Amino acid sequence: MKQIAIISGKGGTGKTTLSASLSYLFQNPVMSDCDVDASNLHLLLSPVELKQNYEYYGGKKAEIDYEKCTNCGICKDKCRFEAIDFQQDKYVINEYACEGCKLCVLTCPEKAIKLVENLAGYYYESKSPKGVLVHGDLNPGEETSGGLVAEIRKKSFSVGENLKKDVIIIDGAPGIGCPATSSVAGVNYAIIVTEPTLSGFHDLQRAVETLKKMRVKFGVVINKFDLNESVSSSLEEWCFSENIDLLGKIPFDEMVNLATREAKPIILYEDSISSKYIKSIYQKISQILFNK
Amino acid sequence: MSLKIAILSGKGGTGKTTVSTNLAKVLSKNMKVLLLDADVEEPNDHLFYNVTFEEEKSVDVLIPKVNKETCILCGLCARECQFGAINVFEKGVLVFQNLCHGCGVCSKICPVRAIDEEPKSLGKLKFGKTDFFDFGMGLLNIGEPSGVRIIRELKKYISDDYDVTIIDAPPGTSCPVVEVLQKVDFAVLVTESSPFGLHDLKLAVSLVKEMEIPYGVVINRYDPAFAELTEYLGEEKIPLLMKIDFDKEIAKWYSEGKLIVDQSEELHRNFELLYENITEVLV
Ligand code: SF4
Ligand code: SF4
Ligand code: SF4
Ligand code: SF4
Repeated sequence: MKQIAIISGKGGTGKTTLSASLSYLFQNPVMSDCDVDASNLHLLLSPVELKQNYEYYGGKKAEIDYEKCTNCGICKDKCRFEAIDFQQDKYVINEYACEGCKLCVLTCPEKAIKLVENLAGYYYESKSPKGVLVHGDLNPGEETSGGLVAEIRKKSFSVGENLKKDVIIIDGAPGIGCPATSSVAGVNYAIIVTEPTLSGFHDLQRAVETLKKMRVKFGVVINKFDLNESVSSSLEEWCFSENIDLLGKIPFDEMVNLATREAKPIILYEDSISSKYIKSIYQKISQILFNK
Repeated sequence: MSLKIAILSGKGGTGKTTVSTNLAKVLSKNMKVLLLDADVEEPNDHLFYNVTFEEEKSVDVLIPKVNKETCILCGLCARECQFGAINVFEKGVLVFQNLCHGCGVCSKICPVRAIDEEPKSLGKLKFGKTDFFDFGMGLLNIGEPSGVRIIRELKKYISDDYDVTIIDAPPGTSCPVVEVLQKVDFAVLVTESSPFGLHDLKLAVSLVKEMEIPYGVVINRYDPAFAELTEYLGEEKIPLLMKIDFDKEIAKWYSEGKLIVDQSEELHRNFELLYENITEVLV
């Protein structure tokens, strides 16, 4: 079973549109939406029917027992995350800033603090017209999205093994932080989707550096390449000079907006110009992955 | 009064950078403005301005360093570390630097004081001036898991000297965004006319509501054919602060690193109105 991750330096470059289209082109995939901050793949693979949901506990949070607390303030001084404030005559834990490290628990002379488990989100196994989709939602304000991504990856993998699938298609988290690296760790191939803008170029370089560091094989897709042909060709030249596979370019296509509005992958619009380009990108990828 | 405005979006690519950089320019005409780019994984605001950076500093965490001579391999540090960042083997102790949060638990717990701490850089802050306003940005080192600390340090540039501070947040609704939202006066949620935009906007709305921050919405790439978005705003009584029409010309200016308010008088006026709408929600 091969795992392919679609990522981008930044969100909004067309990553989910491409992921959804690829999940139609690959014959037998498991879909895995690891963009837990903005999980959108289910919107394009609809109707999605929930089969199973799981709770995700990520990290712990400190809690003060005010029966025991003597207001000494040692915890506030010691916490390195500025997570304890003095408010209205007492010390309070700021749940957003607390990383659950336990230092306050260990330093409180009155043993007034303990760590409690924190329900950080949910993940789901769903049925879509294209097969199984594993996706999740982090509760707003939570930090451990990398952990949730890892759970989704694990679940997708076991589903794939059980159903004897050939491919897992991962819609990755944007950026280069922990959720992004969790979505690409150990995949067979990554596709970076970029746009011909100055910011897009900048983000692409950071994504490439990250993947090189992680020793993941990858190629690049330039979306909406004709929006700025000169930036697009410098992107291309850069890829060439860095020896990076250019998997293909996709032109700006008004149909994509229509497709997104109708919540369908663009590949279902047979006569759309971008779906032709996406098909050729698909062929390149399957050649790289399966030698066919 | 010194006003602190955060620019958010449920997801990336909706136009946060566009709103931040253009709003800063428009306001700098009559006010003292500070723009902070807190999208530390992918900061882009500086690409739209000539920035003269005057200050650069590293943001560090303290990482444990185990003294082999003193360590008795008791295993306590590994047991107490909440992040699995320190491991004790027969031959010694190993620290996984990219898992370590630098919390200090292991050095505190070690019975023989075998652990020292030394600084490691997470990223950096850069501060300087554009031709129009002061500007600061954070940059997370590649391979580091979280930018929260950098954002926390970046926000220390905020001061009462400025009439307005605009903070360009990272995309999404997770921890770094919460760090941006701590102690701001107003949140501008940028979204776009699509089911994606609407889905992610709802997440952002639930976050600002939970944190009790006044807010309003900017619709970028506005498309009247997608009526669900404006219907949602109407039903929830969420103030619509500005619409930017879907326009290939605007996308082109953006791709060339141009400010859209410099290209069109109408857009300039719209951004002035955006600010007026924000202050109206606030009174
Ligand atoms: S260290 Fe313990 S007793 Fe002192 S303020 Fe904190 S919780 Fe209260
Ligand atoms: S658990 Fe750690 S981060 Fe949370 S309040 Fe205690 S010392 Fe601070
Ligand atoms: S707690 Fe101290 S002595 Fe024990 S294994 Fe860790 S470093 Fe060594
Ligand atoms: S400093 Fe904290 S996170 Fe780092 S190894 Fe020690 S206990 Fe673990």
